[in-house]
Amino acid sequence: MRKKVLAVLMAATMVVGMTACGGKKDAEPTAAPAEEKADDAAADDAAADDKADDAAADDAAADDKADDVAADSGSGELIKVGIINNDPNESGYRTANVNDLKNMFTEENGYDAQFAYSLKNDEQINSAAKFIQDGVQYLLLSAADTAGWDSTLKDAQDNGVKVILFDRTIDADESLYEASIVSDMAKEGETAVEWLKGQNLDSYNVIHIQGVMGSAAQQGRSGALTEAAKSDGWKIVEEQTAEWNAEKAQQIVQTVIDRGDEFNVIYAENDDMAKGAVAALDKAGISHGVGKDVIVMGFDCNKWALEELKAGNWNYDGQCNPFQASYIDDIIKKLEKGETLSEKTIIMDEKGFDATTITDDDVNTYGI
Amino acid sequence: MNKNSVLEMRNISKSFPGVRALQNVQFSLCEGEIHALMGENGAGKSTLIKVLTGVYSKDEGDIFIKGIDNAVSIRSPQDAQNLGISTVYQEITLCPNLTVAENMFIGRTKGAGVNWKKMNDEADRILESLDIPAKAKQQLSSCSIAIQQMIAIARAVDMQCKILILDEPTSSLDEQEVEKLFKLMRDLKKKGVGIIFVTHFLDQVYEVCDKITVLRDGQFVGEYEIKDLPRVQLVSKMLGKELDDMSDIRGDYEGPGENVEKIFEATSLQSNAGIKPFDFYIRKGEVNGFTGLLGSGRSECVRAIFGADRVIKGTIKKNGQTVKIGKPIRAMKLGIGYLPEDRKVDGIIGDLSVRENIVLALQVMKGFFRPFSKAQAYKFADEYIKKLEIKTASADTPIKSLSGGNQQKVILARWLLTNPEYLILDEPTRGIDVGTKIEIQKLVLELAKQGKSITFISSETDEMLRTCSRLIVMRDRKVVGELKGDQLNQNTIMSTIAGGDK
Amino acid sequence: MSGSTTKNKSSFIQILQSMVSNQIFIPIAALLLLALFNLIVDPSFYSITLKESNDGFSTLQGNLISILDFGSELAILAIGMTFVTSASGGQDISVGATIAIAGSAILRILCGDNPRPSELQAPIFVAVIVGCIVAMLFGAFNGVLVSFFNIQPMVATLILFTAGRSIASWINNGQLPDVSFEPSFGYWGTYIPGVPIPTPFFIAVVCFIVTGLILKFTTLGLYSQSVGINESSAKLNGLNPKMIKLVTFVILGLCVGICGFIKVSRLSQINYSVIAKDIEMDAILAVALGGNALGGGKFNMTASILGAYVIQFLTTTLYKYGVSADALPAYKAVVVILLVVFSAPTVRDGLSNFWKKNFGKKAVKEVG
Repeated sequence: MRKKVLAVLMAATMVVGMTACGGKKDAEPTAAPAEEKADDAAADDAAADDKADDAAADDAAADDKADDVAADSGSGELIKVGIINNDPNESGYRTANVNDLKNMFTEENGYDAQFAYSLKNDEQINSAAKFIQDGVQYLLLSAADTAGWDSTLKDAQDNGVKVILFDRTIDADESLYEASIVSDMAKEGETAVEWLKGQNLDSYNVIHIQGVMGSAAQQGRSGALTEAAKSDGWKIVEEQTAEWNAEKAQQIVQTVIDRGDEFNVIYAENDDMAKGAVAALDKAGISHGVGKDVIVMGFDCNKWALEELKAGNWNYDGQCNPFQASYIDDIIKKLEKGETLSEKTIIMDEKGFDATTITDDDVNTYGI
Repeated sequence: MNKNSVLEMRNISKSFPGVRALQNVQFSLCEGEIHALMGENGAGKSTLIKVLTGVYSKDEGDIFIKGIDNAVSIRSPQDAQNLGISTVYQEITLCPNLTVAENMFIGRTKGAGVNWKKMNDEADRILESLDIPAKAKQQLSSCSIAIQQMIAIARAVDMQCKILILDEPTSSLDEQEVEKLFKLMRDLKKKGVGIIFVTHFLDQVYEVCDKITVLRDGQFVGEYEIKDLPRVQLVSKMLGKELDDMSDIRGDYEGPGENVEKIFEATSLQSNAGIKPFDFYIRKGEVNGFTGLLGSGRSECVRAIFGADRVIKGTIKKNGQTVKIGKPIRAMKLGIGYLPEDRKVDGIIGDLSVRENIVLALQVMKGFFRPFSKAQAYKFADEYIKKLEIKTASADTPIKSLSGGNQQKVILARWLLTNPEYLILDEPTRGIDVGTKIEIQKLVLELAKQGKSITFISSETDEMLRTCSRLIVMRDRKVVGELKGDQLNQNTIMSTIAGGDK
Repeated sequence: MSGSTTKNKSSFIQILQSMVSNQIFIPIAALLLLALFNLIVDPSFYSITLKESNDGFSTLQGNLISILDFGSELAILAIGMTFVTSASGGQDISVGATIAIAGSAILRILCGDNPRPSELQAPIFVAVIVGCIVAMLFGAFNGVLVSFFNIQPMVATLILFTAGRSIASWINNGQLPDVSFEPSFGYWGTYIPGVPIPTPFFIAVVCFIVTGLILKFTTLGLYSQSVGINESSAKLNGLNPKMIKLVTFVILGLCVGICGFIKVSRLSQINYSVIAKDIEMDAILAVALGGNALGGGKFNMTASILGAYVIQFLTTTLYKYGVSADALPAYKAVVVILLVVFSAPTVRDGLSNFWKKNFGKKAVKEVG
């Protein structure tokens, strides 16, 4: 028994050691993240405690709120926001998204922001409860899961906390939140397919490399292509999921090449998979890019992918805009002024870049 | 079929690739009879039992069971059970974390529901009727091995068995426990159950059995009334040759004198296995032994010497030099070998071949980066297979498919190969046949004559008397006496163990 | 005359029988089955062509080459996994995550702080050595948990399975470094210019040879099997079971490091969140397919390695016939079920009896 306890301790020490080091690393450029991490840990603990004495929570919350208001008026005009996001390590997209939010919600911009990151819905709900109790004015939420948020959002409403959803929608009544800022994945697919149609190829023989089946991005980006293939008679040479994984994409394209099938378009649902596909093409001596044998299409606008575009090795990259902070900022400013929003669901602008027209500015501005 | 017979097996044959395990074997069992099945290891006892219980299918022959006109076919243990044949094995095959009652009824309840109360009452009734000191709701693991054994028997009996097979049930029991078991067997006999009793203990056969069937090399030697077959004859029938006078193994070898150097000496040695500190020494060419009841700490003492348990106290001198033995490899490097008590758990490495099992210890001593070539390993293995007459198809046969006695010889070969100065043999003769037992005892004395020192532990006192020139007596995890010379006789040993002190 | 032919026949049957009972029969039979299937359905599966890659070097292309290419990293992992399985009687499920860590470490050394440097910050061999050492350290961490704290291998490695990819992300500060500017790094995962056979295969062959030498010139095989079969007995024979288990985990760590190197060098980049995902299951399957008992003890290294290539053969075959990658695990599950069934003692006995009755008797009758 004692041995097992020791083992767990050891593991814990190791993990803590890692995160502690990580904190330090982050601290060098910004100094903020390290504190945040500590805050997060504290927040989680507190949230756990909260759960235990839920009954007392209501009263306590009211008290807290009074305190906080006092504190607020003391420290000036900062707007208190609590931001619940997915783990920044989830993907390059998420990293860009988190950084964008961090850069926007600073004291200079008039915000007192707290952050919580988790890929798990229940942890996110705990953090939300904590933020509400802390008396934030706005709760910004990118939910891990679409379900299970009703009671939390009602709580927020009862406590006068305004909720703004970003990046992901949830299954809850519209009245429970102020606004929802989302990407339209289907639109991304449509834009890309429209572009492809515009290339006016003699024939379309497409290798379609899909993301993790069932994910919103996969469904949105696959849908348009499948429809176009049906209506325009494009031939889908291979339709296969590489689960966002570059090497799997490489293997899949390699198999198509080994099979000897003809193809002239690679439609990969993210940049990594496009890169894997290109590696297979390179190996087999199949030319690709602007004016070459095979058109290469990717998504997400990673900076390196846009550079490939710029170099003419790829043909198209569709954006999935992670820069939601400015939209949120706009909404908060409007709400603070007492204005009403014209619509609840705000769909972000998303671009598609063509290798022939992309500029260095685009690469620097939109590359994530 | 004989009127009184409950079981007749006629002309049973069974072969395995390369081995004819049984050839035309006969066996019959009457109602209310305890029938010993005797033979050396590898004689075919286990195979015969396994054919009877449906573990193996027979190649030829017929089995008749009372109340059934035609020959029966037994294809699985389930078939055997349905025909009223129950088996209790040497190893307890019950579930230690269930209660006694659950163990007795496991797998026998019809339907999904269980009437716990009824089950417990029933179990208590059976336990009481058989005079087994256990309670239905007690957890099985809290019972002693003997009681567990009896519960296994109770389970078998309750399944309305007509034929009860006891395969080496006594090998891990002490004398009192054996007595209890025998009482149970006699009770069952009165109730008309036919019992097949497989054992290596001759005393026990003569104490409890009515008839003996002897097998040798897979062949039927004969069936005898117990009164017609004196011990010496039984042994010679099993071995197929006349036995040397057993008491005279030692011959004129009297061990080393008082002035011979002490090859190993320990002072107030203590391990974490719960023994009291003890002093110990052994001279060059001496055979000594630890004796005492099971659990008295015999094995723990030698394990401490070998560094098998963690030594927490004491000093050790090897050839007069103070040394430290923290783990077995140290002991091995100092020329000590240890044949452990539990062959299956601590001795053999079941899936590895005889060859690998033989060379293992020497290989470990030689070092990680210096493996023996295959040819060298074969040479070693073949040498000892021949020397110790190990019965194995080849040096590549997995050791687990050998009979118990031959497994033990392989382990012995392993340690002899390391050419130790001092060899500890903990129960080397347990669970093996008489012939091999005597071979091992002879070997021990042979080694001593060559100047090796040996500590020999056995549950059978007469074996120790035959081989040891000095006995260390243990009681309650403590050394309580040392016997030598004239003191070496059954009575003195018994009284020392019992603690009657003069 | 007839006597001698039947003699031949029966000895042939004996050879066949001993072959069937040999462990390596399982992967060979599986391989033959797959090979036969492909031969019948589409012999072009085996065509190999020499093509010129986009950077002007000749490369061999074809399904068989792909199998050698992608199967090699699995085979390398299978080596380590076989040792771990043998000694500890359990499997390491953190392999994929540790590959992400090792790969990240390699790129971190090559890139320094900047995920997109213009030149390598360290020689490649230094990075590889660091990557291998890091992987071995994490292997040792698993090994310590398993051997010194007596935690079940699957449970112990669950820690890194969960935390590994976060650690990988931390190594590069959540960035996705890329070294495609340096072609010589890519050689290790693709082709060395002028050599038409994929480099991973050569790396694997080197690993096989080294493993062979280890098995021949050390007693690791005997020791790990002894420990796996009967730990307490091994201990009484002077072995140190804890140490031996630890060593096997460190060896697996080395294999993981090498495999991580190949993986990152394939595309000269890493995406820690998806790289080598689920590869541990394939590695374990390779060990099982090699007929090795997953409960530890005896092993056959050649069979494990063969098993790895069989799995890749299966994957490539399924890709070729357009079976959805989603469905791949289902097919592998079928393989597992077959394996489990055929390695069960009762089934084997039954088979050997069947064999004897239907073929053995015939031979005897003909003699009569």
